[in-house]
Amino acid sequence: MDLRFTPEEQEFRQEVRSFIAANLDKETHAAMVAGHRPSKEQIVAWQRILNKKGWATVDWPAEFGGTGWSIIKRHIFREEVQAHPAPEPLAFGVYMVGPVIITFGTQEQKKKFLPRIANLDDWWCQGFSEPGSGSDLASLKTAARRDGDQYIVNGQKTWTTYAQYADWIFCLVRTDPQAGKPQEGISFLLIDMKSPGVTLRPIVTVDGGREINEVFLDDVKVPVENLVGVENRGWDCAKFLLSNERVNTARIGATKERLRRLKRLASEVTESGRPLIEDQGFADKLADLEIELKALEITQLRVLANEHKNGKGKPDPASSVLKLRGTELQQRITELTLQAAGPHGLVGENLDAPLGHNEDEIAPEWMRLAAPTYFNTRKVTIYGGSNEIQRNIIAKQILGL
Amino acid sequence: MDFDLSDEQRLLRDNVERLAAAAEAAPSGPAWSRERWKQFAELGLLALPFAEEDGGLGWGAVETMIVMEAFGKGLVREPYLSTVVIGGGLLRHGCGNAMRKELAGRIASGELVATLAHVEREARHELADVALSARATDEGFVLDGVKSVVPHGDQAELLFVSARTAGGRHERDGISLFRVDANAKGVTRRAYALADGTPGAEIRLDNVVVPADALVGGAGKGLALIERVTQEAIAALCAEAVGVMSAMGDMTVAYLKTRKQFGRPIGAFQALQHRAADMFIALEQARSMAVYATMMVGESDPAVRSAAISAAKVTVGRNGGFIGEQAVQLHGGIGMTMEYRLGAYFKRMTAINLMFGDADHHLRKVAKAGGLEQNIT
Repeated sequence: MDLRFTPEEQEFRQEVRSFIAANLDKETHAAMVAGHRPSKEQIVAWQRILNKKGWATVDWPAEFGGTGWSIIKRHIFREEVQAHPAPEPLAFGVYMVGPVIITFGTQEQKKKFLPRIANLDDWWCQGFSEPGSGSDLASLKTAARRDGDQYIVNGQKTWTTYAQYADWIFCLVRTDPQAGKPQEGISFLLIDMKSPGVTLRPIVTVDGGREINEVFLDDVKVPVENLVGVENRGWDCAKFLLSNERVNTARIGATKERLRRLKRLASEVTESGRPLIEDQGFADKLADLEIELKALEITQLRVLANEHKNGKGKPDPASSVLKLRGTELQQRITELTLQAAGPHGLVGENLDAPLGHNEDEIAPEWMRLAAPTYFNTRKVTIYGGSNEIQRNIIAKQILGL
Repeated sequence: MDFDLSDEQRLLRDNVERLAAAAEAAPSGPAWSRERWKQFAELGLLALPFAEEDGGLGWGAVETMIVMEAFGKGLVREPYLSTVVIGGGLLRHGCGNAMRKELAGRIASGELVATLAHVEREARHELADVALSARATDEGFVLDGVKSVVPHGDQAELLFVSARTAGGRHERDGISLFRVDANAKGVTRRAYALADGTPGAEIRLDNVVVPADALVGGAGKGLALIERVTQEAIAALCAEAVGVMSAMGDMTVAYLKTRKQFGRPIGAFQALQHRAADMFIALEQARSMAVYATMMVGESDPAVRSAAISAAKVTVGRNGGFIGEQAVQLHGGIGMTMEYRLGAYFKRMTAINLMFGDADHHLRKVAKAGGLEQNIT
């Protein structure tokens, strides 16, 4: 047992850090530090810089453009990207549909889609949830009827993040309505967003931002070569994708960066002539959060080390712990940041507003963004399998209840 | 980064778990036995932290973690923490060559049970609050005062007693540490069982005379030594707590699967499933922090080390309390009985939380330190 990073791993961390500092667009970085989401253009530009370097899809097998790094190095890379902060890879491509295609897809699908995911030539979105199917995903109703060498798809997807930017959507669709169990008779289809019959309706979230959409599919024709894996066995792909997702939603590096920033802000804000960070109640809450974050960081390393030992493609069910605690900590940071903003937290604005757009400011930018960020971050305990679903997974898969 | 145990460490774990399970089989009777203590010695457990040239095994924090976790699982009450972890720590960090060699040998052989007599009645968790006085004389020192809640203070042959040689109560400087023969003239002990059944004692020193070479570490410089050793004790206690918590978790899950109400196992009810899941999360987070404490206990920067150890005690205290309380709740009535073993774990967990500073005490320390070192290096 040796719990330290090796000198080589530490050197690698420095290498990643320097690369990001030298190559990330300054405006993108400034916007993210302030608390804005990076724009589509900023995400694409950064992904292409990474792709040029060979770092676009570090978790993929080397033969499909991965780096062949150890699991620990990949962890360090992800942490450095989040902690800088720099835009993260578009999860729907790199972490979700990419690995599904690699694991279940045909040679043609791999050749056609993987390089375009790596270079973000195709922007992907996720067609899983439906109005009647949230946590009970397998109850989904969107239907795909086979008609010669194509499927005719009808139905509705919802909560679709960044569908307004998307070139492609991967969808779970019902191909056999007669199947015995709800999980059977589902297939995993790749659908071109430009296909006739695909329409969007934006959903404005409680923070006022435009992030998610409803996606309507009316007699959309999808060629059968866009089926991934075996027809009616799409649930295998879905399960595989969701367990990958759990690992990536902990976002510990990002929370570390937000915590570092919050500590800085709380030492600048004063109340009764003293820095807020010296207020015992506030300092205790910060310390509490920092301790839980440290515990989660070690838990994540333990989960990764286990996965490394047990072989690839078999995510540890303990990754549910990461999703649960990781998202709770993300929320607590936003709560404390809003608290730090004080009454000026009331001066909320849209998360999509450009950096520093309000020059004649009523409150500093971070205070204006505190409330919408707090509102928006409530999503994290809901998506990727709600935290209650994660508790079900722990109870059933780990504890055997 | 490697969380695996070596073959040697795995062997150690298996041996200690076997030993602890055997101890478990003994029904009632005294809390611990000298006979088993001898077995510990034969296995080399009592020589674990001492350097090879002192007759020890030269092992470190990871091996201590392994032993303590197994002891937690088996509810071992032998004075290992007091004698080997704390006593051993004082010898390694504070004693001159002659004293160290002598005492290490006698501890390793199982001849000597040692304990630290430090806490005083008014001190709560503040380590610098020492009033017991040590007056320098021509022959050595005269110690006068009272020490409270000394674990295994009833039977220990060797006491490490903190005393004030200079300065006022609460002052960091002026605290000295002495080795005191528990049978010396003027030492009286009031033995009693602590809340978890571990033997303890109040120890009164009435003008106890000790020679000049009974001083452990520098005169007036004892606090840093006590703090250092306390950190090692906390790291070890965190590992023990993980053993205790995992036992309570296992018992609870097993009970949820077998106990039937309304015609089905109560573990089929989601309200209880989610509680069990929360207990699992609490355990895993505590385990991570026990590992963290083990990793950081040898850190050379004292401020970084202190904050890290405090952070571990916070997590273990909170999560252990949570797991204990939930384990009793989920067991229902049977969890309330003296006869059922769960209660013994719950009480041990509670005792651990009260030792060397509770969760709130250590949370405040982390807050005052401005947080934790960000990167694991």
